[in-house]
Amino acid sequence: MQAFTVHRGIAAPLDRANVDTDAIIPKQYLKSIKRTGFGVNAFDDWRYLDPGQPDADNAGRRPNPEFVLNKPPFDRASILLARENFGCGSSREHAVWALDDFGFRAVIAPSFADIFFSNSFKNGLLPVVLGEKEVDELFRRVQADPGLEIEVDLQAQAVRVPGGPAFRFEIDADRRRRLLEGLDDIALTLQHADQIRAYEERRRQEAPWLIVA
Amino acid sequence: MSGQTLYDKLWRAHVVHEEPDGTTLLYIDRHLVHEVTSPQAFEGLRLAGRKPWRGDSVLAVPDHNVPTDHRERGIADPVSRIQVETLEHNVSEYGLRFFPMRDLRQGIVHVIGPEQGATLPGMTVVCGDSHTSTHGALGALAFGIGTSEVEHVLATQCLWQSRSKSMLVRIEGELRPGVTAKDVVLATIGAIGTAGGNGYAIEFGGSAIRSLSIEGRMTVCNMAIEAGARAGMVAVDEKTIEYVRGRPQAPTGALFEQAAAAWRELVSDPDARFDRVVELDAAVIEPQVSWGTSPEMVVPVSGQVPDPDREQDPVRAEGMRRALSYMGLEAGTPIVAIRPDKVFIGSCTNSRIEDLREAAAVVRGRRKAENIKLAMVVPGSGLVKQQAEAEGLDRIFLDAGFEWRDPGCSMCLAMNADRLEPGERCASTSNRNFEGRQGQGGRTHLVSPALAAAAAVAGHFVEPAQLEG
Repeated sequence: MQAFTVHRGIAAPLDRANVDTDAIIPKQYLKSIKRTGFGVNAFDDWRYLDPGQPDADNAGRRPNPEFVLNKPPFDRASILLARENFGCGSSREHAVWALDDFGFRAVIAPSFADIFFSNSFKNGLLPVVLGEKEVDELFRRVQADPGLEIEVDLQAQAVRVPGGPAFRFEIDADRRRRLLEGLDDIALTLQHADQIRAYEERRRQEAPWLIVA
Repeated sequence: MSGQTLYDKLWRAHVVHEEPDGTTLLYIDRHLVHEVTSPQAFEGLRLAGRKPWRGDSVLAVPDHNVPTDHRERGIADPVSRIQVETLEHNVSEYGLRFFPMRDLRQGIVHVIGPEQGATLPGMTVVCGDSHTSTHGALGALAFGIGTSEVEHVLATQCLWQSRSKSMLVRIEGELRPGVTAKDVVLATIGAIGTAGGNGYAIEFGGSAIRSLSIEGRMTVCNMAIEAGARAGMVAVDEKTIEYVRGRPQAPTGALFEQAAAAWRELVSDPDARFDRVVELDAAVIEPQVSWGTSPEMVVPVSGQVPDPDREQDPVRAEGMRRALSYMGLEAGTPIVAIRPDKVFIGSCTNSRIEDLREAAAVVRGRRKAENIKLAMVVPGSGLVKQQAEAEGLDRIFLDAGFEWRDPGCSMCLAMNADRLEPGERCASTSNRNFEGRQGQGGRTHLVSPALAAAAAVAGHFVEPAQLEG
């Protein structure tokens, strides 16, 4: 997994609440058996005026000029500014893969849906929770100055606006460490293999019906 | 010290290791797998040279991409076909339990888990699918995970988890006749909102929940995720134990009795403390219809489309306006004046035998209305379909002009050929009314099987008791 320490980039304001994972990556693209290539179809229904298909060439499609990620400089954004309950709905990790593949490294919102939040960490995409007023403030600044670059610092747990305010964010210590170091979750877990086996042995005694197969 | 909640008991029984900050390595008893969220997990496993930790914990089935008619012809869409074939290849390479598309036991993963006795009370159950919360109806801790976690469970039989907060949704009283489990959960989501359960595991309790069948409880737990909660659950009672008894993968004989004794402990203690308690009065719940593009946007069938101008919160009001525009609806329109183009009865929310009976009871002796272009019934599994046919339900639907299909997720998310065209309006027993969910530009109204059936025969939304003839 790619590590995350500090990232600075353009922040795109996606000004709607309850953005669901069906919107982030529509179902027809979930048929892929790969982890990559979802970026061109991120927010597909909002981003294009004509329907798209998996494995089809997107070059000839008509972009929706009203959609924020089609408006320069937000087409180069690497931070997504969002509203409450971002990533709700389906568990599809393809939503995180699509954001990552588009070029996003962080999403800032007042709240996230649980599964999306958890999936983000597995892919080095940092979900940052800030207060509603702080997110409002960032929306105002980015809308007033679209080229504004924002800095997200995981080490210091801070979001900074150059020449402007800095906001501290909270994050689970364990998740922070894994992301800072880009650790492989499975390898870490397998260091506990003896404990897992001991647990299984105990459960076989206590609840023998669980492992009947 | 106060007593333990059901969630506490399930959690504590599965702790393998705990870090100082509380992050816990949690043991997973049952891993359900389908074709959409697993290929990259198996690929990761293979690339790292790892093998499944406990292959016997896995039950795999294709459901999202499978066609619901003419299965003998295979899957026409080459991209869907490759995904299903990839699952077949992966289960065969690792020797995992698998029900292929033409197996009688194939069906929606959340229908077949309980049906097979593969999901049992007291288990931790995961699947790369958010509606895994369904299995909590059996008194299990069941939640959806992403593909990285699918790979992690395959490789280690465990997951790193932080403990959720606990919420009790207590619904006391008697449900009015014609009010179903679907209405109960839609009304609950309307009350707490789609983000109301974020960070929580929800236990549903109270006399109205206890009065529901196990299948009804599955419908309720299924949609816990629509309130933002990863897990929904109901305490074990004698109904739970009788439901499990005799299922193909359930324990038998003395082992069953030993298990049942342990399962009877899977209830919240009387003095257990919850972080949040929400109380609803069963008697005031009416049949529900969603009007917007989020499951919290629901009103009673006797109500009207709400007016965003009366909403105080500007972000919410804007969301309502956007939803009305997408749905092609105007504020103040009576729900009974809304006329669907299609009707879908199916999905992991409402495709079990009781759901089909509920719909058939409304349809019996009636005909699909002229304006309904398609009314389709998609049973949740091959075994549900077989049971329905033994009861003659297929004839009731077919005689009324409905289509009777093969099992799968179908038009709940339209990954196969079953979908809405742009602008089409659907009365659907599924779980999500998001923009484009049932097909790009499609408009979804979430309802119970009884209301979907009534809409199909009346041509507009209506309470079944008010149907003529």
